[in-house]
Amino acid sequence: MMEKMIFGRYVPAESILHRMDPRSKLIIVFLFVCVVFLANNLWTYAILTIYTFLMAGLSKIPPRFLIGGLKPVLWLVLFTFFLHLFLTKEGELIFELGWLKIYEGGLRQGIFISMRFFLLILVTSLLTLTTTPIEITDGLEHLMGPLKRLKFPVHELALMMSISLRFIPTLMQETDKIMKAQTARGVEYTSGPVKDRLKAIVPLLIPLFISSFKRAEELAVAMEARGYRGGEGRTKYRQLHWAAADTLMILLLAAVTVLLILFRG
Amino acid sequence: MGKPLVVLDNVSYQYDSQEDFALKNVSMKVYEGEWLAIVGHNGSGKSTLAKLLNGLQFPTEGSISINGITLSEDTVWDVRRQVGMVFQNPDNQFVGTTVQDDVAFGLENNGVPAKVMGERVVDALSRVNMESFLDQEPHHLSGGQKQRVAIAGVLALRPSIIILDEATSMLDPRGREEVIETIMKLQQEESITVISITHDLEEAARANRILVLNKGEIYREGTPEEIFQMDEELVRLGLDIPFPVKMSKQLSEKGVVLSKYYLTEEELVAELWTSHSKM
Repeated sequence: MMEKMIFGRYVPAESILHRMDPRSKLIIVFLFVCVVFLANNLWTYAILTIYTFLMAGLSKIPPRFLIGGLKPVLWLVLFTFFLHLFLTKEGELIFELGWLKIYEGGLRQGIFISMRFFLLILVTSLLTLTTTPIEITDGLEHLMGPLKRLKFPVHELALMMSISLRFIPTLMQETDKIMKAQTARGVEYTSGPVKDRLKAIVPLLIPLFISSFKRAEELAVAMEARGYRGGEGRTKYRQLHWAAADTLMILLLAAVTVLLILFRG
Repeated sequence: MGKPLVVLDNVSYQYDSQEDFALKNVSMKVYEGEWLAIVGHNGSGKSTLAKLLNGLQFPTEGSISINGITLSEDTVWDVRRQVGMVFQNPDNQFVGTTVQDDVAFGLENNGVPAKVMGERVVDALSRVNMESFLDQEPHHLSGGQKQRVAIAGVLALRPSIIILDEATSMLDPRGREEVIETIMKLQQEESITVISITHDLEEAARANRILVLNKGEIYREGTPEEIFQMDEELVRLGLDIPFPVKMSKQLSEKGVVLSKYYLTEEELVAELWTSHSKM
């Protein structure tokens, strides 16, 4: 079940977004996060919404996956909506109930800010839904390449990420095994007072930690035996291919940006 | 036998924190194309020996040469390209997120161009019968399959020697059989030199030659037949005699005449069920 939470994110499909280079997708998401802040009126929000829905359509991801991804953050969106609704005191008063006063500006702010939130989440989840974690890692490694000159350990960071991704399921299987072993010894994880349940985590975490350190040590020896000596002189098995579609997609976002600048109030 | 590939000359090794030597004056040769099994009880020094052969540790005294290269800090990376190693725990040596990424890991480390890599990954995987698992993730594989992927990772580098350091000890019987079959095929059909370090004498029985280590010294060396003649002596060294050998011995004690001590169950069964007709 926990595996689904992390890896169930990627939904395989045949779409332009799936075929795109992870680098261009990362660049687009990064730019989008900046561009979203340009919107400040109805027109600009409409443009952004159209763009986002167009992308969602192109991804060929069934809507239920998109909605499923939005669920955990829905309360956050609602929270920001109500926060702005009640706390912004601008424009005409449109509703009053005792101490509760809602102004026109508040309603506008509330809708715009939660819309901004909603679009941001939708676009970032499109990235994780159409790109495997390992592709994202590869893309990041390439994009951060120039940082190597500043002695930033780009390759090491990417390797750490991919090794973590590889070991998550292994450690989950192990957690499951230890949990069963401790349950057999009378530890209760699912019932009893919260304090006791929290205490029960300790005999789960300690064996997990110890074995992780042992794993790390053995993995390091195995990597060395297989000739690993850092990023220097290393080649990459997975090659990234920048296609015309990638350039077009970035140009599309650039066009959207120009429109936003023209229409913003 | 071919030319000696691995030559150990009077090698001793002492761990920093310990007084006793883990290995004492070990001299041995491994010949091209043979399968040498190094057996011994826990603490006999067999794992230390494996680490020395791959340059993961350097001998305190003596010298090791592999395919003509004397092992030292300077040559260690060349040696590692010649000597592939498969370790005990199938999970803790799987680096890649998928089977093909893992096989490619060693190639990436050695700077093999990306164009050549794809071919070599598929080729190595097909030699261990895992070519249909290219995109499989490690947690969906059995222990035996993971070990075969590890062997493919080694094969992709085209080494002259494969060292199996207790590579079958964490597997279930079926996984163990898969791995041993794979190794046998590679050694017989592709004449790859194999050094298997094990305490499982059934695995050692498949080798061409067995070296028994005890307390860091070479205790005995010989063909499996010769080694299993030692019998009780092996038990005293903390090793377990394979069932077919034990069985043949007890049968001959009971007066059943067998032509020799059998190393595999199949051979023994074949002799037994045909023995009556020969009488």
